[in-house]
Amino acid sequence: MRRSKYERPTHLIAGGDRPRLTTSAMIASIAGADQPTKPAPFGHTLSALAEKDDRIVGLSADLAKYTDLHIFRAAHPERFYQMGMAEQLLMMSAAGMAREGLQPWVTTYAVFASRRAYDFICLAIAEEMLDVKIVCALPGLTTGYGPSHQATEDIAMFRGMPNLTIIDPCDALEIEQALPAIAAHKGPVYMRLLRGNVPLVLDEYGYSFEFGKAKLIRDGRDTLIISSGLMTMRALEAAKALQKDGIDAGVLHVPTIKPLDEETILAECRKQNRLVVVAENHTVIGGLGEAVAATLMRSDVRPSAFRQIGLPDQFLEAGALPTLHDMYGISTQAVIAQIKGWL
Amino acid sequence: MTEIGHNVSLAERARRIRRHALRMGEVQGQGYIAQALGVADVLAVSYFHATTYRPDDPEWEGRDRFLLSIGHYAIALYAALIEAKIIPEDELETYGTDDSRLPMSGMAAYTPGMEITGGSLGHGLGIAVGMALALKRKQSKSFVYNLFSDGELDEGSTWEAAMSAGSYKLDNLIGIVDVNQMQADGPSLGVMNFEPLAPKFEAFGWFVQRVDGNDIDALVRAFDAARYHEGNQPRIIICDTRMAKGVPFLEARERNHFLRVEPQEWAEAIRIIDAGVPA
Repeated sequence: MRRSKYERPTHLIAGGDRPRLTTSAMIASIAGADQPTKPAPFGHTLSALAEKDDRIVGLSADLAKYTDLHIFRAAHPERFYQMGMAEQLLMMSAAGMAREGLQPWVTTYAVFASRRAYDFICLAIAEEMLDVKIVCALPGLTTGYGPSHQATEDIAMFRGMPNLTIIDPCDALEIEQALPAIAAHKGPVYMRLLRGNVPLVLDEYGYSFEFGKAKLIRDGRDTLIISSGLMTMRALEAAKALQKDGIDAGVLHVPTIKPLDEETILAECRKQNRLVVVAENHTVIGGLGEAVAATLMRSDVRPSAFRQIGLPDQFLEAGALPTLHDMYGISTQAVIAQIKGWL
Repeated sequence: MTEIGHNVSLAERARRIRRHALRMGEVQGQGYIAQALGVADVLAVSYFHATTYRPDDPEWEGRDRFLLSIGHYAIALYAALIEAKIIPEDELETYGTDDSRLPMSGMAAYTPGMEITGGSLGHGLGIAVGMALALKRKQSKSFVYNLFSDGELDEGSTWEAAMSAGSYKLDNLIGIVDVNQMQADGPSLGVMNFEPLAPKFEAFGWFVQRVDGNDIDALVRAFDAARYHEGNQPRIIICDTRMAKGVPFLEARERNHFLRVEPQEWAEAIRIIDAGVPA
């Protein structure tokens, strides 16, 4: 619970002795200090795809620079459309372009696409199965700017939209691999974007993205972590740390949230009776966790225990991202601690 | 204008569009018949004077795009599409029935000639902006028309689209606003005052005309001026129309957004329409 705005934070004023983290830029980096990264994998990959596909155009609502679409804009200026700070127009005009045979890739922040433009994505794009790709930065808790910019419920909203495919990639490698598959899919796709210097993680595991498929990245006897997006990165780090404590944790990565690869999820959960933990950078309501739970229930698959790691059903606080990830239980340390507590 | 029917007057086209609409209204016994009667002259000029299309190939690449964002006006557009021979006339008896191609609210997936799904109001003009931009990419000579309502002027998305059309100088976009002064909750200006309307669009960079939307000669001049205007700016024709135009006893109803009409009144309305303009 936040303290009252009328209560001065005197402990922070006049030389408080604790080292303080600052919120810094709107899009704080999610990369660890010594983690390898790749710059703007979305922007570079889309620019390369457009070389071979004349249908591809890029649109943004005054956020090209903050969604890595500025790379595409520089490479293909005549194929970039600035739609102004108008997310409804962004989706409507993309629908019109798709009707005329183009393949629009539109970018904004996930909060604006989901909360502000939902009706326009739903009726103008999804209902008509139009070939529009919606790529959104700041998914879940990836900014310290507070609820105005934290898209904690975007997947819950979009899961309810028929025809829409939802992709939540983990790292730079996966973004590079997912983009051609998304372009090849004929229909609307919502992709959660990691932008800027994006961590490179999955190369270590010989991973390859397949549209609509969950992939077992490592197996484990004691627990299976089912995760998407940046939480797969955290799950893999946690699994390495748990190994040192003699806990064998598997990681099943589910980059396609919808349609869900129920077959693989059921097969992995049936393989062995163990703790199943679903970890997601999203509210625990209506996201991957509840989707997996319903899948297991419908098929009478009962793991020894089922737990969720995700954001609470609250408007989250502002602050530094590492602080917030610890506070809300999605940092690597928090994942480790929660799993140990459940075993 | 298509090759068919040069010899049929636009007034006669409008009369037949009203007649088709009344016959569809009769199938349901109620509906958005006042809007259809009010906008019939605008549709007659749109489909039989201004736009280019092929009745046997509704998705012909060279067609002008005619976007109806007002989903509940579908009865009016179906009447025009029937008159344009894009939809066979005998299908009007299926209007709003199970498995029909003519649902109560217009949807692109159901009906030949229906370019977009309307109904969630305030979508049409923005989709038209995207189509107009795409047509320019394709170096197409086609126009994009969007027929929308005065009620849709309440929607913020309409104004996002209006500003962008001016900014992109979309001279291949022609907006048509049906100002019939009636919304779901009552007279439009009482719901939300959108006047003065012409200066608003002028301020957004549009070429603006305001005409009596039930005066066919005035509509023909306005559509011609919109198509042949030299300025590189989007064009809008603000059409002041009369709800239920042509059927005085329906015009007289105070609240006619959704009309309930007695069984015997349909025949009377059709008789009045048939008598109004000689074929």
